[in-house]
Amino acid sequence: MIHPMKQENRDFMRHILFLGKNSKWYDRADSSELKGSFFRPNQKFCVEHAQRSNIVVDHLNVTIQDNPILKEVSVEIPDRKITCIIGPSGCGKSTLLKSLNRLLDMNEDVHISGSVLVDGEELYAPDVEITHIRRKMGLLSQRPCPLPMSIYDNIAYGCRIHGIRNRKKLNMIVRYYLQAVGLWDEVKDRLHTPASRMSIGQQQRLCLARGLAVEPHFILADEATSALDPISSKTIEDLFLKLKEEYAIVLVTHTLRQALRIADYVIFMYMGEIVEAGPAEQIFKNPRQELTQKYLTGVFS
Amino acid sequence: MKAGAKIGMKTSKIRLFKDKTAGSVMWIFTWLSVLLVVLMGIGLILKSLPILHDKSLWELLSGAKWKPMRGDFGFLPFIMGTLWVTAIAILWTFPVSLFTAIFLTENSKRWVKKVVFPALDILAGIPSVVYGVWGILVVLPWISDSLAPHFVEYSTGYSTLAAGIVLGVMILPLLISLFVELFSCVSVELREASLALGATRWQTTKYVLLRKTFPGIVASVTLAISRAMGETIAVLMVCGNIVQLPTSLFDGCYPLPALIANNYGEMLSLPLYESALMFAALILFAVVFVFNVISRLILRKIEQNVS
Repeated sequence: MIHPMKQENRDFMRHILFLGKNSKWYDRADSSELKGSFFRPNQKFCVEHAQRSNIVVDHLNVTIQDNPILKEVSVEIPDRKITCIIGPSGCGKSTLLKSLNRLLDMNEDVHISGSVLVDGEELYAPDVEITHIRRKMGLLSQRPCPLPMSIYDNIAYGCRIHGIRNRKKLNMIVRYYLQAVGLWDEVKDRLHTPASRMSIGQQQRLCLARGLAVEPHFILADEATSALDPISSKTIEDLFLKLKEEYAIVLVTHTLRQALRIADYVIFMYMGEIVEAGPAEQIFKNPRQELTQKYLTGVFS
Repeated sequence: MKAGAKIGMKTSKIRLFKDKTAGSVMWIFTWLSVLLVVLMGIGLILKSLPILHDKSLWELLSGAKWKPMRGDFGFLPFIMGTLWVTAIAILWTFPVSLFTAIFLTENSKRWVKKVVFPALDILAGIPSVVYGVWGILVVLPWISDSLAPHFVEYSTGYSTLAAGIVLGVMILPLLISLFVELFSCVSVELREASLALGATRWQTTKYVLLRKTFPGIVASVTLAISRAMGETIAVLMVCGNIVQLPTSLFDGCYPLPALIANNYGEMLSLPLYESALMFAALILFAVVFVFNVISRLILRKIEQNVS
């Protein structure tokens, strides 16, 4: 993945370290004892990050209990951009998102046809290694769901299940990702207390850090800020804006304003179909479809 | 207008009265059930006072001799019998029910649930005498013919092991349904959070589901143990009813409930005999009581640590 020596990666790290109130990073950059912990730990889950990873959804049909939820959905999700899926309630936004990491077909009643290519790999192929796919697609749910363990173990969990046991390495990973989401200074003294004791905004950032720790290529966020207070959701939004430099972020959102603020690319869905998809600027300023226009101007929501 | 307002006042008064009455009736009923426990405890203590006057508590609890004719009342064999039988039952049902419940909530298809849940309900509803008969017809011959010859010279089959097996079968449906209830309460999001990191189902179960429900699992097992300790008929039909300290699984034993059920009302002409049986009931009561209190304390401790 990211290589500590590359200039662009250093820039990225400056970005995220700023959030961790660690603006002194520049001053300390040469101090060798700290250096190690600031460089991104390389978990080596995958050989390398594909140059441009992307998702191509092709004629995806999803029925749940014989009700069609998604109809002939075809869309491409670009790398290193924030893609917002907008649309009224029950239009299939979350279903589309969940079909991207195969959490959907855990349920018996769900039937899926069509194809989803993740970095060129067919998601719904019978022989696909599902844990590998899911690791690549980080998930941030609507309500924060800290695992029933300590803050430290929440971050380390993902690495442990993928076989990293080295205590030193885990310490480094935990510290790095807590810094990346700006939690380190808030929780460094209580890393081994239950994660459920944190505030809800902190929990959501913890969940984000937990997802990042297994080195995903994508972040799938399902209304990730809707349960949070304005300040916490601002923090999460800011994090997304930093993180998009390295990840493809797919965000389902109910708030148009949020999409306006952070989207690079917008997918507008209605009744299980994609009405319009395109760069945010074009969708918001010159929507091609009347339906999109109506939705954006608040005729229905 | 005025009349309407008056009626309104009246109905609201009636409503408030009903509300208050309902509240206090519920309050009374709740405390009545608590009172029942206290009354039973007091009743048992009063009834067992005569034997407590005659012998010291330690003598009664640690004595291994049971000769009512001569006035020897040692309860140790019965206490040990109860503990052994309960322990055997829990030891084999706990893993079986845990894995069954995990399978039913996490892995099984819907039709499997449709078949298994009614079957468990039926299993739970069968009268315990029937379990006893099943034990005599199936479990005893199996133990005496197939299992015992590998370990001991001879066993009739009436044994601690048989009682443990039969008792286990009886509490199995209870444990399974408690566990299933417990696991279904865990939110889907939590499982998804773990799966989305690339965890397998089993990893999710092991590290998330079981950890999350650990306090509940402790509570369920406690409940099952309390139930198992008091189970009488089926156990006394297969345990052998021999007054001795069990030294092997193939020895007969004599749990406390069996002692009470077998003897109460028969030899009450003997001095202190009734009081001794009441004391046996008191021991059972106290063991279950203390057990519940301890497990509640443990539970509180665990809950503090987990959430």
